[in-house]
Amino acid sequence: MTYSPYEIMVVSAARFLKNDDVCFVGIGAPSAACNLAKLTSAPNITLIYESGTINTAPKVLPLSIGDGELCSTALTTVSGVEMFNYWLQGGRITVGFLGAAQLDRFGNINTTVIGNYNKPKVRLPGGGGAPEIASHSKQVYIIMKQSPRSFVSKIDFFTSYGFGKGGSERIDKGITTKGPQLLITDKAIWKPTPQSNELQVVALYPGVTREEMQDTVGWPIKYAKNLEEYVPPSKHELEVLRDLQERTKLAHGKKESN
Amino acid sequence: MTKFQPLSTAINENLESGSFVAFEGFTHLIPYAAAHETIRSGVKDLTLARMTPDVIYDQMIGMGIVKKLIFSYAGNPGVGLLRRLRDAVENDWPKPLEIEEHSHAAMANSYEAGASNLPMAILRGYQGADLINVNPRIKTIECPFSGEYLAAVPALKPDVSIIHAQKADINGNVLVEGIIGVQKQAALAADKALVTVEEVVLDLGSHPNACVIPSWAISSISVVPGGAHPSYAQGYYERDNSTYLEWDKISSDRNAFSEWMQTNVLDQSPEIFAERVKHLRE
Repeated sequence: MTYSPYEIMVVSAARFLKNDDVCFVGIGAPSAACNLAKLTSAPNITLIYESGTINTAPKVLPLSIGDGELCSTALTTVSGVEMFNYWLQGGRITVGFLGAAQLDRFGNINTTVIGNYNKPKVRLPGGGGAPEIASHSKQVYIIMKQSPRSFVSKIDFFTSYGFGKGGSERIDKGITTKGPQLLITDKAIWKPTPQSNELQVVALYPGVTREEMQDTVGWPIKYAKNLEEYVPPSKHELEVLRDLQERTKLAHGKKESN
Repeated sequence: MTKFQPLSTAINENLESGSFVAFEGFTHLIPYAAAHETIRSGVKDLTLARMTPDVIYDQMIGMGIVKKLIFSYAGNPGVGLLRRLRDAVENDWPKPLEIEEHSHAAMANSYEAGASNLPMAILRGYQGADLINVNPRIKTIECPFSGEYLAAVPALKPDVSIIHAQKADINGNVLVEGIIGVQKQAALAADKALVTVEEVVLDLGSHPNACVIPSWAISSISVVPGGAHPSYAQGYYERDNSTYLEWDKISSDRNAFSEWMQTNVLDQSPEIFAERVKHLRE
């Protein structure tokens, strides 16, 4: 079965999720990946959205972080204070998902500004929950498409901290969680290199060349010595994902055209 | 004790130019009608707080009535950026906007501190993040017991907090259900809490642990069916996603924005909201 770059990215991310994971889910690709995992390999996974919905099981993907579907299918819905204090700062989240406008080789993330903070070229939405998702989730998975605009050698603002300048800097700052342990893109899977904590490619998707990789990344890419063999998305994975997206389209389209 | 008032009276009696106001709501129950009434009231130089300033803050900023914004995530939920806010920050249009930026965790705790009558909130936050370098109102504090360094942010104590809720009973007690965000904390952190509701009922029919705000902690209640449109009110009507998508186009052009505000806000009254949600009722 053929698949799009977005589909292989979502399927790849879903495969890393386990039944005992408690995921802090963001809108877009992370939400698709978490719900795909729930429908395939990890039916007992726990999904939490920062709007306060705990153990939620949406039948269609939400358009916003606080859709009614998330609340009506949740075990319980808590206040914003409880969400960030008890559940995130309390250390209950095993996987926090983050995306980025800019990402560097040490997994540091910018979603705040392009340019100078006080006189930005582009004012982006800002961090929201991300600064603390990055430091309190036991580990962070980053999902985003590769492009030279977003994979940059130097980010303009540290919205969410990864490994700083690498090495032991994260531990030296007193942060006890693991930080970015996976970067899942539309072309490859990356993991931090032991010791340096620089993100390195551990698997390339079928047909992706190293030249194509370098064209979309603004620093010299580091590859693991032995690349892992990547198993392409199965018919089942793609069918379940497409079915979920079709249901989502129908549900949201219906509301809009009524 | 609270009183039931028309929305225009509630806004005119409680807001003035220079007021510090929080219109809270986390994607759900966003007080659109109250924000539009605020724009019509003619107040200006407002300081606004909100974790997720979305379309209503984009509208108030674009209308030039906001002096300062305290926030943690400024986006059009599920759509993208806030174009009026961008124009103000990047180009000073229609006027410069002062910003005080936090993370969600810090802001939620700031409201909690305000409601708890504390001067500040502490959290284990902003570790390695640049916000602490650009916002002088984020400090670090040493725990006197463990010696750990923690982030400290000042309590949020608005002059007025405004929220939308599902219902009030005839005595003015208010029930908020579904995604409740920080509405209760914001209401109790402020000098005055104004509430708009979908309806008034004899009995709230709630359970012992429900999010209920007693009448004596609320200054004013206005009945505005549909008052959260295009966000939603769980149990009453669904989110109008297409309106959020349209806003991205309207707000991308200064003239289109001004025309839209004239037709849909300045020339309207709160009654229009009931019309707007008719096709979204569950």
